[in-house]
Amino acid sequence: MSVEKVKKPGTHMGKVRLVLWYVVAIAGSLIMLLPFVWMISTSLKTENEIFTVPIRWLPTQFTIQNYIKALEVVPILKCMLNTVIIAVPKIIGEVFVSALVAFGFARFEFKGRNVMFMIMLATMMLPYEVTMIPTFMAWSTLGFADSYVPLVLPAFCGSASFIFFLRMYFETVPRDYEEAAWIDGASNMRVFRMVFLPLAKPALITICLWSFMGTWNDLLGQLIYIDSQEKYTIQLALASFSSMTGETLWGPLMAASFMALIPVLVLLLYAQKYFMEGVKMGGIKG
Amino acid sequence: MREKRQRAGFYFVLPWLIGLCVFTALPMLAAVYIGMTDWDIVGNASFVGFDNYIKLFQEEAFVRSLWVTIRYAVLAVPLIIATSLAIAVLVSRNNRGVGVFRVIYYMPAIVSGVAVAIVFKWILDPSYGLLNGVLSFFHIQGPDWLYDPAWVLPSYLIMAVWGAGGGLLTYLAALKDIPEDLYGAAMIDGANTFQKVRYITVPLMTPIIFYNLVLGIIGAFRKFTDAYVLGGAGKEGNFYMVYLYEEAFGHYRMGYATALAWVLFVIILLLTFVVNWTKKYWVYSE
Repeated sequence: MSVEKVKKPGTHMGKVRLVLWYVVAIAGSLIMLLPFVWMISTSLKTENEIFTVPIRWLPTQFTIQNYIKALEVVPILKCMLNTVIIAVPKIIGEVFVSALVAFGFARFEFKGRNVMFMIMLATMMLPYEVTMIPTFMAWSTLGFADSYVPLVLPAFCGSASFIFFLRMYFETVPRDYEEAAWIDGASNMRVFRMVFLPLAKPALITICLWSFMGTWNDLLGQLIYIDSQEKYTIQLALASFSSMTGETLWGPLMAASFMALIPVLVLLLYAQKYFMEGVKMGGIKG
Repeated sequence: MREKRQRAGFYFVLPWLIGLCVFTALPMLAAVYIGMTDWDIVGNASFVGFDNYIKLFQEEAFVRSLWVTIRYAVLAVPLIIATSLAIAVLVSRNNRGVGVFRVIYYMPAIVSGVAVAIVFKWILDPSYGLLNGVLSFFHIQGPDWLYDPAWVLPSYLIMAVWGAGGGLLTYLAALKDIPEDLYGAAMIDGANTFQKVRYITVPLMTPIIFYNLVLGIIGAFRKFTDAYVLGGAGKEGNFYMVYLYEEAFGHYRMGYATALAWVLFVIILLLTFVVNWTKKYWVYSE
Protein backbone atom coordinates (compact mmCIF):
# COMPACT_ATOMS: atom_id res chain seq x y z
CA MET A 1 0.00 0.00 0.00
CA SER A 2 1.25 3.45 -0.78
CA VAL A 3 1.92 5.11 2.51
CA GLU A 4 2.60 8.78 2.27
CA LYS A 5 1.09 11.64 4.07
CA VAL A 6 -1.88 13.91 3.88
CA LYS A 7 -1.38 16.07 0.87
CA LYS A 8 -3.12 19.27 0.08
CA PRO A 9 -5.68 19.05 -2.70
CA GLY A 10 -4.05 19.46 -6.06
CA THR A 11 -0.81 17.75 -5.12
CA HIS A 12 -0.51 14.92 -7.55
CA MET A 13 0.75 11.51 -6.77
CA GLY A 14 1.98 10.40 -10.12
CA LYS A 15 -0.21 8.39 -12.41
CA VAL A 16 0.85 4.87 -11.50
CA ARG A 17 0.51 5.50 -7.80
CA LEU A 18 -2.84 7.18 -8.27
CA VAL A 19 -4.18 4.15 -10.13
CA LEU A 20 -2.76 1.90 -7.45
CA TRP A 21 -4.45 4.03 -4.79
CA TYR A 22 -7.82 3.61 -6.48
CA VAL A 23 -7.32 -0.13 -6.87
CA VAL A 24 -6.62 -0.52 -3.15
CA ALA A 25 -9.37 1.87 -2.04
CA ILE A 26 -11.99 0.22 -4.24
CA ALA A 27 -10.95 -3.32 -3.32
CA GLY A 28 -11.20 -2.44 0.36
CA SER A 29 -14.59 -0.80 -0.13
CA LEU A 30 -15.91 -3.88 -1.90
CA ILE A 31 -14.89 -6.01 1.08
CA MET A 32 -16.69 -3.54 3.35
CA LEU A 33 -19.86 -3.64 1.27
CA LEU A 34 -19.86 -7.36 0.56
CA PRO A 35 -21.74 -8.38 3.72
CA PHE A 36 -24.56 -6.00 2.81
CA VAL A 37 -24.71 -7.20 -0.78
CA TRP A 38 -24.81 -10.79 0.47
CA MET A 39 -27.51 -9.92 2.99
CA ILE A 40 -29.76 -8.24 0.41
CA SER A 41 -29.08 -10.91 -2.20
CA THR A 42 -29.97 -13.70 0.23
CA SER A 43 -33.11 -11.89 1.33
CA LEU A 44 -34.39 -11.91 -2.27
CA LYS A 45 -33.60 -15.56 -3.00
CA THR A 46 -35.87 -18.57 -2.86
CA GLU A 47 -35.02 -21.23 -0.31
CA ASN A 48 -33.58 -23.43 -3.04
CA GLU A 49 -31.19 -20.79 -4.19
CA ILE A 50 -30.10 -19.86 -0.69
CA PHE A 51 -28.84 -23.40 -0.18
CA THR A 52 -26.91 -23.83 -3.40
CA VAL A 53 -23.35 -24.96 -3.93
CA PRO A 54 -21.47 -23.21 -5.46
CA ILE A 55 -22.90 -19.96 -4.12
CA ARG A 56 -24.85 -17.64 -6.40
CA TRP A 57 -24.09 -13.95 -6.09
CA LEU A 58 -27.51 -12.83 -7.28
CA PRO A 59 -30.89 -14.54 -7.23
CA THR A 60 -32.08 -15.84 -10.60
CA GLN A 61 -35.69 -15.56 -9.54
CA PHE A 62 -36.47 -12.70 -7.23
CA THR A 63 -38.91 -13.25 -4.40
CA ILE A 64 -40.27 -11.09 -1.61
CA GLN A 65 -41.50 -14.14 0.29
CA ASN A 66 -38.70 -13.75 2.85
CA TYR A 67 -39.91 -10.26 3.73
CA ILE A 68 -43.48 -11.45 4.14
CA LYS A 69 -42.33 -14.32 6.32
CA ALA A 70 -40.08 -12.04 8.40
CA LEU A 71 -42.96 -9.66 9.10
CA GLU A 72 -45.11 -12.65 10.09
CA VAL A 73 -42.57 -13.87 12.62
CA VAL A 74 -41.99 -10.52 14.34
CA PRO A 75 -43.81 -7.20 13.90
CA ILE A 76 -40.63 -5.48 12.78
CA LEU A 77 -42.17 -2.05 12.25
CA LYS A 78 -43.72 -2.09 15.68
CA CYS A 79 -40.42 -3.10 17.24
CA MET A 80 -38.68 -0.24 15.42
CA LEU A 81 -41.35 2.09 16.73
CA ASN A 82 -40.69 0.79 20.25
CA THR A 83 -37.02 1.65 19.84
CA VAL A 84 -38.01 5.13 18.69
CA ILE A 85 -40.29 5.49 21.71
CA ILE A 86 -37.26 4.88 23.91
CA ALA A 87 -34.89 6.93 21.77
CA VAL A 88 -36.83 10.20 21.47
CA PRO A 89 -37.20 11.14 25.15
CA LYS A 90 -33.73 9.75 25.78
CA ILE A 91 -32.18 11.99 23.14
CA ILE A 92 -34.04 15.05 24.41
CA GLY A 93 -32.93 14.44 27.99
CA GLU A 94 -29.40 13.38 27.21
CA VAL A 95 -28.62 16.20 24.80
CA PHE A 96 -30.32 19.04 26.67
CA VAL A 97 -29.02 18.12 30.11
CA SER A 98 -25.52 17.34 28.82
CA ALA A 99 -25.45 20.79 27.24
CA LEU A 100 -26.58 22.42 30.50
CA VAL A 101 -23.90 20.63 32.49
CA ALA A 102 -21.22 21.29 29.89
CA PHE A 103 -22.15 24.98 30.01
CA GLY A 104 -21.75 24.91 33.78
CA PHE A 105 -18.32 23.27 33.57
CA ALA A 106 -17.11 25.46 30.72
CA ARG A 107 -18.20 28.95 31.71
CA PHE A 108 -18.34 29.19 35.51
CA GLU A 109 -15.77 29.00 38.25
CA PHE A 110 -17.60 27.56 41.22
CA LYS A 111 -16.20 25.70 44.17
CA GLY A 112 -15.22 22.11 43.45
CA ARG A 113 -15.57 22.47 39.70
CA ASN A 114 -12.23 20.90 38.82
CA VAL A 115 -12.63 18.02 41.25
CA MET A 116 -16.10 17.30 39.90
CA PHE A 117 -14.82 17.39 36.36
CA MET A 118 -12.07 14.91 37.20
CA ILE A 119 -14.62 12.60 38.80
CA MET A 120 -16.72 12.85 35.67
CA LEU A 121 -13.77 11.85 33.50
CA ALA A 122 -13.13 8.91 35.81
CA THR A 123 -16.72 7.69 35.45
CA MET A 124 -16.18 7.50 31.69
CA MET A 125 -13.69 4.71 32.35
CA LEU A 126 -15.94 2.94 34.82
CA PRO A 127 -17.51 -0.14 33.34
CA TYR A 128 -21.29 -0.04 33.29
CA GLU A 129 -21.19 -3.72 34.30
CA VAL A 130 -20.42 -3.00 37.95
CA THR A 131 -23.49 -0.82 38.48
CA MET A 132 -25.67 -2.89 36.15
CA ILE A 133 -26.93 -5.49 38.63
CA PRO A 134 -27.64 -3.20 41.62
CA THR A 135 -29.36 -0.73 39.30
CA PHE A 136 -31.48 -3.50 37.82
CA MET A 137 -32.47 -4.67 41.30
CA ALA A 138 -33.40 -1.15 42.36
CA TRP A 139 -35.62 -0.64 39.31
CA SER A 140 -37.28 -4.02 39.87
CA THR A 141 -37.96 -3.20 43.50
CA LEU A 142 -39.53 0.08 42.45
CA GLY A 143 -41.79 -1.82 40.06
CA PHE A 144 -40.18 -0.64 36.84
CA ALA A 145 -39.06 -4.03 35.55
CA ASP A 146 -40.24 -4.70 32.00
CA SER A 147 -40.66 -1.01 31.23
CA TYR A 148 -38.77 1.63 29.27
CA VAL A 149 -38.31 3.90 32.29
CA PRO A 150 -34.92 2.46 33.38
CA LEU A 151 -33.64 2.87 29.84
CA VAL A 152 -34.80 6.49 29.52
CA LEU A 153 -34.69 8.20 32.91
CA PRO A 154 -30.92 8.09 33.59
CA ALA A 155 -30.43 10.06 30.36
CA PHE A 156 -31.90 13.09 32.14
CA CYS A 157 -28.74 13.28 34.25
CA GLY A 158 -26.63 13.80 31.17
CA SER A 159 -23.93 11.59 29.70
CA ALA A 160 -20.29 12.00 30.70
CA SER A 161 -18.86 11.64 27.20
CA PHE A 162 -21.37 14.12 25.73
CA ILE A 163 -20.65 16.61 28.51
CA PHE A 164 -16.94 16.23 27.89
CA PHE A 165 -17.42 16.76 24.18
CA LEU A 166 -19.69 19.80 24.54
CA ARG A 167 -17.53 21.43 27.19
CA MET A 168 -14.63 21.49 24.75
CA TYR A 169 -16.93 23.08 22.23
CA PHE A 170 -18.25 25.72 24.64
CA GLU A 171 -14.77 26.64 25.80
CA THR A 172 -13.83 27.90 22.36
CA VAL A 173 -16.57 30.55 22.51
CA PRO A 174 -15.01 33.99 23.20
CA ARG A 175 -15.78 35.48 26.62
CA ASP A 176 -17.14 38.69 25.08
CA TYR A 177 -20.23 36.87 23.90
CA GLU A 178 -21.66 36.26 27.35
CA GLU A 179 -20.13 39.38 28.94
CA ALA A 180 -22.12 41.47 26.49
CA ALA A 181 -25.29 39.55 27.23
CA TRP A 182 -24.76 39.87 30.98
CA ILE A 183 -24.24 43.62 30.76
CA ASP A 184 -27.59 43.74 28.99
CA GLY A 185 -29.01 42.06 32.08
CA ALA A 186 -29.64 38.63 30.57
CA SER A 187 -29.94 35.71 32.98
CA ASN A 188 -27.58 32.73 32.81
CA MET A 189 -30.32 30.57 31.41
CA ARG A 190 -31.01 33.15 28.75
CA VAL A 191 -27.32 33.32 27.79
CA PHE A 192 -27.30 29.55 27.57
CA ARG A 193 -30.40 29.44 25.41
CA MET A 194 -29.78 32.43 23.19
CA VAL A 195 -26.00 32.32 22.80
CA PHE A 196 -24.55 28.89 23.53
CA LEU A 197 -27.18 26.51 22.26
CA PRO A 198 -27.38 28.16 18.82
CA LEU A 199 -23.58 28.31 18.55
CA ALA A 200 -23.27 24.63 19.40
CA LYS A 201 -25.87 23.50 16.90
CA PRO A 202 -23.56 21.28 14.79
CA ALA A 203 -22.19 19.66 17.95
CA LEU A 204 -25.70 19.13 19.28
CA ILE A 205 -26.79 17.46 16.06
CA THR A 206 -23.77 15.16 16.22
CA ILE A 207 -24.69 14.21 19.78
CA CYS A 208 -28.32 13.62 18.88
CA LEU A 209 -27.17 11.20 16.20
CA TRP A 210 -24.81 9.39 18.56
CA SER A 211 -27.48 9.15 21.20
CA PHE A 212 -29.92 7.73 18.70
CA MET A 213 -27.43 5.19 17.36
CA GLY A 214 -26.55 4.18 20.89
CA THR A 215 -30.18 3.34 21.58
CA TRP A 216 -30.81 1.73 18.21
CA ASN A 217 -27.82 -0.62 18.51
CA ASP A 218 -27.96 -1.33 22.25
CA LEU A 219 -28.67 -4.94 23.09
CA LEU A 220 -27.50 -5.55 26.66
CA GLY A 221 -29.58 -2.84 28.34
CA GLN A 222 -32.75 -3.75 26.47
CA LEU A 223 -32.16 -7.44 27.07
CA ILE A 224 -31.97 -6.87 30.80
CA TYR A 225 -34.96 -4.61 31.23
CA ILE A 226 -37.53 -5.70 28.65
CA ASP A 227 -39.33 -9.02 28.98
CA SER A 228 -42.69 -8.96 27.23
CA GLN A 229 -42.74 -9.42 23.50
CA GLU A 230 -45.06 -6.51 22.75
CA LYS A 231 -42.39 -4.22 24.21
CA TYR A 232 -39.56 -5.72 22.16
CA THR A 233 -37.21 -3.31 20.44
CA ILE A 234 -35.70 -3.98 17.05
CA GLN A 235 -32.51 -5.42 18.55
CA LEU A 236 -34.50 -7.79 20.76
CA ALA A 237 -36.68 -8.79 17.83
CA LEU A 238 -33.66 -9.73 15.76
CA ALA A 239 -31.89 -11.46 18.65
CA SER A 240 -34.93 -13.63 19.37
CA PHE A 241 -35.88 -14.24 15.72
CA SER A 242 -34.39 -17.72 15.42
CA SER A 243 -35.87 -18.91 18.69
CA MET A 244 -39.29 -17.74 17.50
CA THR A 245 -39.10 -19.71 14.27
CA GLY A 246 -37.53 -22.68 16.04
CA GLU A 247 -34.87 -23.00 13.37
CA THR A 248 -32.58 -20.60 11.56
CA LEU A 249 -34.38 -19.39 8.44
CA TRP A 250 -31.65 -17.48 6.65
CA GLY A 251 -33.90 -15.90 4.03
CA PRO A 252 -36.36 -14.23 6.42
CA LEU A 253 -33.53 -13.51 8.85
CA MET A 254 -31.62 -11.56 6.19
CA ALA A 255 -34.82 -9.76 5.22
CA ALA A 256 -35.39 -8.78 8.85
CA SER A 257 -31.77 -7.68 9.30
CA PHE A 258 -31.94 -5.57 6.17
CA MET A 259 -35.14 -3.88 7.31
CA ALA A 260 -33.52 -3.15 10.67
CA LEU A 261 -30.54 -1.55 8.96
CA ILE A 262 -32.47 0.63 6.51
CA PRO A 263 -33.09 3.53 8.95
CA VAL A 264 -29.44 3.46 10.00
CA LEU A 265 -28.16 3.40 6.43
CA VAL A 266 -30.48 6.24 5.45
CA LEU A 267 -29.33 8.25 8.45
CA LEU A 268 -25.68 7.61 7.60
CA LEU A 269 -26.13 8.78 4.02
CA TYR A 270 -28.24 11.77 4.98
CA ALA A 271 -26.21 12.97 7.97
CA GLN A 272 -22.74 11.64 7.13
CA LYS A 273 -21.31 15.14 7.52
CA TYR A 274 -22.28 15.23 11.18
CA PHE A 275 -21.10 11.70 11.86
CA MET A 276 -17.77 12.34 10.19
CA GLU A 277 -17.25 15.80 11.72
CA GLY A 278 -18.00 14.54 15.20
CA VAL A 279 -14.61 13.42 16.40
CA LYS A 280 -12.61 15.83 14.29
CA MET A 281 -14.49 18.76 15.71
CA GLY A 282 -13.90 17.54 19.23
CA GLY A 283 -10.26 17.19 18.30
CA ILE A 284 -9.83 14.23 20.63
CA LYS A 285 -6.10 13.81 20.79
CA GLY A 286 -3.94 11.43 22.75
CA MET B 1 -22.22 40.14 41.77
CA ARG B 2 -19.57 38.43 39.69
CA GLU B 3 -18.97 35.88 42.43
CA LYS B 4 -22.65 35.12 42.66
CA ARG B 5 -22.80 34.61 38.95
CA GLN B 6 -19.92 32.15 39.07
CA ARG B 7 -21.62 30.16 41.77
CA ALA B 8 -24.62 29.65 39.51
CA GLY B 9 -22.48 27.18 37.60
CA PHE B 10 -23.09 24.69 40.37
CA TYR B 11 -26.79 24.60 39.54
CA PHE B 12 -25.99 23.87 35.91
CA VAL B 13 -23.94 20.80 36.83
CA LEU B 14 -26.42 19.68 39.48
CA PRO B 15 -28.32 17.20 37.25
CA TRP B 16 -25.08 15.39 36.55
CA LEU B 17 -24.17 15.42 40.25
CA ILE B 18 -27.52 13.86 41.11
CA GLY B 19 -26.95 11.24 38.45
CA LEU B 20 -23.51 10.53 39.84
CA CYS B 21 -24.96 9.83 43.28
CA VAL B 22 -28.07 7.92 42.21
CA PHE B 23 -26.87 5.98 39.19
CA THR B 24 -23.16 5.51 39.92
CA ALA B 25 -22.09 5.99 43.55
CA LEU B 26 -25.02 4.27 45.26
CA PRO B 27 -25.10 1.26 42.89
CA MET B 28 -21.34 0.88 43.32
CA LEU B 29 -21.67 0.79 47.08
CA ALA B 30 -24.52 -1.68 46.73
CA ALA B 31 -22.39 -3.74 44.37
CA VAL B 32 -19.67 -4.06 47.01
CA TYR B 33 -22.25 -5.61 49.33
CA ILE B 34 -24.13 -7.72 46.77
CA GLY B 35 -20.82 -9.18 45.59
CA MET B 36 -20.41 -10.60 49.10
CA THR B 37 -23.82 -12.25 49.26
CA ASP B 38 -25.38 -15.30 47.67
CA TRP B 39 -28.41 -13.36 46.42
CA ASP B 40 -30.47 -15.24 43.82
CA ILE B 41 -33.44 -12.81 43.60
CA VAL B 42 -36.03 -15.21 45.07
CA GLY B 43 -34.49 -16.17 48.37
CA ASN B 44 -33.00 -14.02 51.06
CA ALA B 45 -29.45 -12.93 50.66
CA SER B 46 -26.96 -14.06 53.22
CA PHE B 47 -23.55 -12.58 53.70
CA VAL B 48 -20.81 -14.89 52.49
CA GLY B 49 -17.78 -12.59 52.58
CA PHE B 50 -15.27 -13.28 49.85
CA ASP B 51 -16.75 -16.69 49.00
CA ASN B 52 -17.91 -15.59 45.55
CA TYR B 53 -14.43 -14.38 44.70
CA ILE B 54 -12.86 -17.65 45.83
CA LYS B 55 -15.52 -19.76 44.11
CA LEU B 56 -15.04 -17.89 40.88
CA PHE B 57 -11.50 -19.07 40.26
CA GLN B 58 -12.55 -22.64 40.87
CA GLU B 59 -15.29 -22.53 38.26
CA GLU B 60 -14.18 -23.91 34.96
CA ALA B 61 -16.66 -21.76 33.02
CA PHE B 62 -15.18 -18.59 34.49
CA VAL B 63 -11.60 -19.53 33.72
CA ARG B 64 -12.59 -20.54 30.23
CA SER B 65 -14.53 -17.38 29.43
CA LEU B 66 -11.68 -15.27 30.79
CA TRP B 67 -9.24 -17.20 28.63
CA VAL B 68 -11.45 -16.76 25.53
CA THR B 69 -11.63 -13.03 26.18
CA ILE B 70 -7.91 -12.60 26.84
CA ARG B 71 -6.95 -14.44 23.67
CA TYR B 72 -9.37 -12.34 21.67
CA ALA B 73 -8.06 -9.11 23.20
CA VAL B 74 -4.41 -9.98 22.63
CA LEU B 75 -4.98 -10.73 18.96
CA ALA B 76 -7.84 -8.41 18.03
CA VAL B 77 -6.60 -5.16 19.56
CA PRO B 78 -3.31 -4.96 17.59
CA LEU B 79 -5.06 -6.21 14.45
CA ILE B 80 -7.74 -3.53 14.73
CA ILE B 81 -5.20 -0.78 15.41
CA ALA B 82 -3.02 -1.78 12.46
CA THR B 83 -6.02 -2.02 10.14
CA SER B 84 -7.57 1.29 11.22
CA LEU B 85 -4.23 3.01 10.85
CA ALA B 86 -3.69 1.57 7.37
CA ILE B 87 -7.19 2.62 6.31
CA ALA B 88 -6.67 6.11 7.77
CA VAL B 89 -3.42 6.52 5.83
CA LEU B 90 -5.19 5.33 2.69
CA VAL B 91 -8.10 7.76 2.95
CA SER B 92 -6.00 10.67 4.23
CA ARG B 93 -5.12 11.53 0.63
CA ASN B 94 -7.38 14.08 -0.93
CA ASN B 95 -7.97 12.27 -4.19
CA ARG B 96 -11.26 12.60 -6.00
CA GLY B 97 -13.97 10.52 -4.38
CA VAL B 98 -12.11 10.05 -1.10
CA GLY B 99 -15.19 11.20 0.83
CA VAL B 100 -17.15 8.20 -0.40
CA PHE B 101 -14.38 5.82 0.63
CA ARG B 102 -14.21 7.43 4.06
CA VAL B 103 -17.93 6.89 4.66
CA ILE B 104 -17.73 3.28 3.49
CA TYR B 105 -14.79 2.39 5.73
CA TYR B 106 -16.27 4.28 8.65
CA MET B 107 -19.65 2.55 8.34
CA PRO B 108 -19.13 -0.16 11.00
CA ALA B 109 -19.02 2.56 13.68
CA ILE B 110 -22.67 3.30 12.95
CA VAL B 111 -24.04 0.19 11.28
CA SER B 112 -23.63 -2.40 14.01
CA GLY B 113 -25.61 -4.36 16.53
CA VAL B 114 -27.49 -7.62 16.17
CA ALA B 115 -28.25 -7.27 12.45
CA VAL B 116 -24.59 -7.14 11.45
CA ALA B 117 -23.73 -10.03 13.77
CA ILE B 118 -26.49 -12.12 12.16
CA VAL B 119 -25.19 -11.32 8.68
CA PHE B 120 -21.72 -12.47 9.72
CA LYS B 121 -23.12 -15.67 11.15
CA TRP B 122 -24.62 -16.38 7.73
CA ILE B 123 -21.43 -15.38 5.90
CA LEU B 124 -19.49 -17.81 8.09
CA ASP B 125 -21.93 -20.68 7.51
CA PRO B 126 -19.72 -23.70 6.72
CA SER B 127 -21.83 -25.14 3.89
CA TYR B 128 -23.66 -22.28 2.23
CA GLY B 129 -21.92 -19.16 3.58
CA LEU B 130 -20.25 -16.52 1.47
CA LEU B 131 -16.76 -16.98 2.86
CA ASN B 132 -16.43 -20.70 2.22
CA GLY B 133 -18.22 -20.19 -1.10
CA VAL B 134 -15.56 -17.73 -2.19
CA LEU B 135 -12.78 -19.97 -0.86
CA SER B 136 -14.12 -22.88 -2.90
CA PHE B 137 -13.62 -20.80 -6.08
CA PHE B 138 -9.93 -21.07 -5.25
CA HIS B 139 -10.34 -24.78 -4.52
CA ILE B 140 -9.86 -24.20 -0.81
CA GLN B 141 -11.99 -26.23 1.54
CA GLY B 142 -12.93 -23.67 4.19
CA PRO B 143 -13.12 -24.63 7.86
CA ASP B 144 -16.34 -24.93 9.87
CA TRP B 145 -15.72 -21.53 11.46
CA LEU B 146 -18.13 -21.07 14.39
CA TYR B 147 -18.90 -24.80 14.45
CA ASP B 148 -15.29 -25.82 15.01
CA PRO B 149 -13.84 -24.79 18.40
CA ALA B 150 -10.43 -24.19 16.84
CA TRP B 151 -11.88 -21.73 14.32
CA VAL B 152 -14.18 -19.72 16.58
CA LEU B 153 -11.52 -17.18 17.53
CA PRO B 154 -10.45 -16.59 13.90
CA SER B 155 -14.14 -16.03 13.07
CA TYR B 156 -14.33 -13.24 15.63
CA LEU B 157 -11.06 -11.77 14.36
CA ILE B 158 -12.46 -11.60 10.83
CA MET B 159 -15.41 -9.62 12.14
CA ALA B 160 -13.13 -7.37 14.18
CA VAL B 161 -10.97 -6.55 11.15
CA TRP B 162 -14.03 -5.82 9.05
CA GLY B 163 -15.19 -3.35 11.69
CA ALA B 164 -11.76 -1.72 12.16
CA GLY B 165 -12.61 1.27 9.97
CA GLY B 166 -15.04 2.38 12.65
CA GLY B 167 -12.07 3.77 14.58
CA LEU B 168 -10.85 5.70 11.58
CA LEU B 169 -11.64 9.26 12.59
CA THR B 170 -9.22 9.72 15.47
CA TYR B 171 -6.33 8.49 13.31
CA LEU B 172 -7.41 10.66 10.41
CA ALA B 173 -7.51 13.75 12.61
CA ALA B 174 -4.05 12.95 13.98
CA LEU B 175 -2.62 12.34 10.49
CA LYS B 176 -3.82 15.76 9.40
CA ASP B 177 -1.92 17.32 12.29
CA ILE B 178 1.45 16.04 11.11
CA PRO B 179 3.26 19.03 9.60
CA GLU B 180 3.87 18.69 5.87
CA ASP B 181 7.36 20.16 6.25
CA LEU B 182 8.61 17.08 8.05
CA TYR B 183 8.03 14.96 4.97
CA GLY B 184 9.54 17.63 2.75
CA ALA B 185 12.65 17.77 4.91
CA ALA B 186 12.89 13.98 4.95
CA MET B 187 12.60 13.87 1.17
CA ILE B 188 15.45 16.36 0.78
CA ASP B 189 17.53 14.12 3.03
CA GLY B 190 16.76 11.27 0.64
CA ALA B 191 14.42 9.27 2.85
CA ASN B 192 12.31 6.64 1.09
CA THR B 193 8.63 5.97 1.78
CA PHE B 194 9.37 3.27 4.33
CA GLN B 195 11.76 5.51 6.24
CA LYS B 196 9.25 8.35 6.23
CA VAL B 197 6.62 6.09 7.75
CA ARG B 198 9.04 4.53 10.21
CA TYR B 199 10.61 7.74 11.47
CA ILE B 200 7.89 10.36 11.02
CA THR B 201 4.36 8.95 10.74
CA VAL B 202 4.52 6.16 13.30
CA PRO B 203 6.27 8.17 16.06
CA LEU B 204 3.91 11.09 15.63
CA MET B 205 0.92 8.76 15.66
CA THR B 206 1.89 7.02 18.91
CA PRO B 207 -0.24 9.27 21.16
CA ILE B 208 -3.37 8.39 19.21
CA ILE B 209 -2.35 4.73 18.98
CA PHE B 210 -2.01 4.78 22.75
CA TYR B 211 -5.48 6.29 23.15
CA ASN B 212 -6.97 3.63 20.88
CA LEU B 213 -5.01 0.87 22.60
CA VAL B 214 -6.60 1.73 25.95
CA LEU B 215 -10.08 1.99 24.47
CA GLY B 216 -9.51 -1.17 22.40
CA ILE B 217 -8.56 -3.26 25.42
CA ILE B 218 -11.59 -2.03 27.36
CA GLY B 219 -13.82 -2.73 24.34
CA ALA B 220 -12.45 -6.24 23.91
CA PHE B 221 -13.10 -7.15 27.52
CA ARG B 222 -16.62 -5.77 27.34
CA LYS B 223 -17.54 -7.46 24.07
CA PHE B 224 -21.13 -8.62 24.27
CA THR B 225 -23.51 -8.18 21.33
CA ASP B 226 -21.56 -10.13 18.68
CA ALA B 227 -20.72 -12.89 21.10
CA TYR B 228 -24.31 -13.14 22.34
CA VAL B 229 -25.59 -13.57 18.77
CA LEU B 230 -22.79 -15.66 17.25
CA GLY B 231 -21.88 -17.97 20.11
CA GLY B 232 -19.38 -20.58 19.01
CA ALA B 233 -18.67 -24.29 19.32
CA GLY B 234 -17.07 -25.68 22.48
CA LYS B 235 -17.97 -22.55 24.46
CA GLU B 236 -15.19 -20.76 22.59
CA GLY B 237 -17.55 -17.86 21.95
CA ASN B 238 -18.46 -17.53 25.61
CA PHE B 239 -16.89 -14.13 26.18
CA TYR B 240 -16.62 -12.71 29.69
CA MET B 241 -19.65 -10.45 29.40
CA VAL B 242 -21.80 -13.20 27.95
CA TYR B 243 -20.85 -15.41 30.86
CA LEU B 244 -21.63 -12.60 33.31
CA TYR B 245 -24.98 -11.94 31.65
CA GLU B 246 -25.94 -15.64 31.73
CA GLU B 247 -25.01 -15.96 35.38
CA ALA B 248 -26.96 -12.85 36.37
CA PHE B 249 -30.04 -12.99 34.19
CA GLY B 250 -30.09 -16.65 33.14
CA HIS B 251 -29.30 -18.32 36.46
CA TYR B 252 -30.10 -15.34 38.70
CA ARG B 253 -26.86 -15.70 40.61
CA MET B 254 -26.75 -11.99 41.35
CA GLY B 255 -24.12 -12.13 44.07
CA TYR B 256 -21.80 -14.26 41.99
CA ALA B 257 -22.35 -12.15 38.86
CA THR B 258 -21.63 -8.96 40.77
CA ALA B 259 -18.35 -10.48 41.91
CA LEU B 260 -17.67 -11.23 38.25
CA ALA B 261 -18.32 -7.58 37.40
CA TRP B 262 -15.83 -6.43 40.05
CA VAL B 263 -13.20 -8.81 38.74
CA LEU B 264 -13.75 -7.40 35.26
CA PHE B 265 -13.44 -3.90 36.67
CA VAL B 266 -10.15 -4.73 38.37
CA ILE B 267 -8.79 -6.42 35.24
CA ILE B 268 -9.60 -3.38 33.11
CA LEU B 269 -8.15 -1.04 35.73
CA LEU B 270 -4.92 -3.04 36.01
CA LEU B 271 -4.48 -3.28 32.26
CA THR B 272 -5.04 0.45 31.90
CA PHE B 273 -2.35 1.11 34.53
CA VAL B 274 0.07 -1.29 32.87
CA VAL B 275 -0.45 0.25 29.44
CA ASN B 276 -0.13 3.70 30.96
CA TRP B 277 3.14 2.67 32.58
CA THR B 278 4.59 1.56 29.23
CA LYS B 279 3.67 4.94 27.80
CA LYS B 280 7.03 6.52 28.56
CA TYR B 281 8.86 3.87 26.54
CA TRP B 282 7.05 4.25 23.26
CA VAL B 283 4.63 7.15 23.15
CA TYR B 284 6.01 10.30 21.58
CA SER B 285 5.46 13.50 23.53
CA GLU B 286 6.36 17.01 22.57
